[in-house]
Amino acid sequence: MSDVLVVAEHRRGELRDVSYELLTAGKELADATDGELHAAVISGPVEEYADKLDRPGVDQIHAVENGEEFNHGIYTQVAAQLANAVDAQYILAGNTVNGLDFAPALAERLGLPLVTDAVDIETDDGLSVVRELYGGKTEGTVDIDSERALLTIRPGEWPEADGTGDAAIEPFEADIDESAVRSTVTGFEEVRTGDVDISDADVLVSVGRGIEDEENIELIEELADAIGATVSASRPIVDNGWLPPDRQVGQSGKKVSPDIYIAIGISGAVQHVAGMKGSETIIAINDDPSAPIYDIADYGIVDDLFDVVPALTEQFGE
Amino acid sequence: MKILVTVTEVAIADDEFEINDTSIDETYLTFDLNEWDTYAIEEAVQLQETEDEIEVVTATVGPERVEETIRTALAKGADRAVRIWDESLEGETMIDPSRKAQLLAGVVEDEQPDLVLSGVQSGDVALGATGVALAEQVGFEWGAVVNQLDLDGDTARVHRELEGGVEELTEIELPAVLTIQTGINEPRYASLRGIRQAQSKPLDVRSPADLGVELEAASLELTDLVVPESESDTDLFEGAPEETAAQLAELLEEKGVGA
Ligand SMILES: Cc1cc2nc3c(=O)[nH]c(=O)nc-3n(C[C@H](O)[C@H](O)[C@H](O)COP(=O)(O)OP(=O)(O)OC[C@H]3O[C@@H](n4cnc5c(N)ncnc54)[C@H](O)[C@@H]3O)c2cc1C
Ligand SMILES: Nc1ncnc2c1ncn2[C@@H]1O[C@H](COP(=O)(O)O)[C@@H](O)[C@H]1O
Repeated sequence: MSDVLVVAEHRRGELRDVSYELLTAGKELADATDGELHAAVISGPVEEYADKLDRPGVDQIHAVENGEEFNHGIYTQVAAQLANAVDAQYILAGNTVNGLDFAPALAERLGLPLVTDAVDIETDDGLSVVRELYGGKTEGTVDIDSERALLTIRPGEWPEADGTGDAAIEPFEADIDESAVRSTVTGFEEVRTGDVDISDADVLVSVGRGIEDEENIELIEELADAIGATVSASRPIVDNGWLPPDRQVGQSGKKVSPDIYIAIGISGAVQHVAGMKGSETIIAINDDPSAPIYDIADYGIVDDLFDVVPALTEQFGE
Repeated sequence: MKILVTVTEVAIADDEFEINDTSIDETYLTFDLNEWDTYAIEEAVQLQETEDEIEVVTATVGPERVEETIRTALAKGADRAVRIWDESLEGETMIDPSRKAQLLAGVVEDEQPDLVLSGVQSGDVALGATGVALAEQVGFEWGAVVNQLDLDGDTARVHRELEGGVEELTEIELPAVLTIQTGINEPRYASLRGIRQAQSKPLDVRSPADLGVELEAASLELTDLVVPESESDTDLFEGAPEETAAQLAELLEEKGVGA
């Protein structure tokens, strides 16, 4: 009982990046426990996926054929059976929308403690996990008082495993109770396409909840006009209907990497940062010096946006 | 039909704060209804407005302090509230989601709702785990990160919001727990009348024993809390707004912006 099991993630014919990051995190854990690293890939073209997951350090890959796409009813059953079959000490999944749709149920089913959204894992003295608390303003260390555990890891925190390995790839026959599969995925829908593609812009002026009111968006538009930039936004602005969905930057919106990204009244939540951290120069205007946006900003003005933004627009006036 | 909405209070840290042991000193915290839960309440109240005979009950694990927040949920239209607390949870900054789910499961067993709505995450600890853990404990079906919901008999037709602007269309058998994502609706503000009425709506306090729950021991312990070291050295422009704006304008012009 010292092995590590990671559950790969895929969607619509592609393995997602977090799968390769899970292999890296899993390998670190397996080295620490002197155990083997197992990867599970469930549903879809599993043989093709298994070949791709065969990266150095992976000992065994369990390929489980069953339908095409993620279904939590299948995933929880298969992962529970595999965890028992390989006697896994630690199980890792991605802290993604689908990861959060099956990991908590799997933890309950196996009676394991669960810590989500790990950004670091320490094994010096039992297992502990570093994760954010209070909206990214602080980082906590969570000690896990248990031999075994289930963790989800934050995407983008571990490097992707790369190269070719020599894992044993084996099919795994899971025993599925179909009556326990009580949800059906009937399709997918692409959303949020409009006439402006913010991912094409060289300069984005991005507005967040700090703007307070719909009518104040005008201030941002005036600045964008003055400097020839495109307006984008964080999620609450779109949730409120103040700007259309195609302007949303982040995990569930668009990924952008402009030359210049000016974040105005945006705190820098992980799901926002996931969409803009690739920007070349990040500038923050936020009156809270402890806002996590300052962890990634190159330049900043810690002041009231209602004073700074009009003054900035004026600079480009004539 | 009965809809149970799990409702939690979140702690929001001031711009400047101090850490005491493993939590932020309470003088630097503001407490509020969790953003995701306001959407869950709104969804339940809207269902209640369109269909006959739906009762909306909220469930909260929290100390007496949270009753003010619970009243906010009642003011937005929930019919009554249940609060559960166990002394052993006192002082835990991050309560093990499995233990929270255990207490909420006690309420589910007691109330027998057809549908449970929870939030995708609580804004402060952001475990994103309580709703699905609860579903598994009570043997309900579930769906995480729901941004569209239509009830059709014993089936919930939902959209689950995946990453990158893709939604998954899923049919979920009731009874079920759905974790609600922001943007699914437009949460209302509580009306003055709602606020007044909330004062007289039932808010029952139950102990774990009342609900027949034997709380398992915590297996998670927050042992350290720090302000993370900044990964980038942010160049801060200082001075009055006119000065900082001028410095930033200069930088932008250097980079060829607005020229
Ligand atoms: C599954 C999931 C997916 C998500 N997807 C996305 C996504 O794609 N994109 C996204 O953006 N979010 C997403 N979120 C939401 C995310 O967690 C945050 O809630 C959101 O990014 C916060 O937006 P914000 O920074 O505008 O608001 P807040 O976090 O409220 O920050 C507002 C900021 O404005 C500052 N401010 C206030 N007043 C002023 C002023 N007068 N002058 C200057 N500064 C001021 C404050 O200091 C604060 O830092 C997602 C969440 C989940 C759970
Ligand atoms: N103490 C609590 N009492 C009631 N519901 C809670 C509590 N904590 C979390 N929840 C519910 O679970 C959701 C997800 O929270 P979390 O798993 O803590 O991120 C929240 O949006 C609430 O609906």
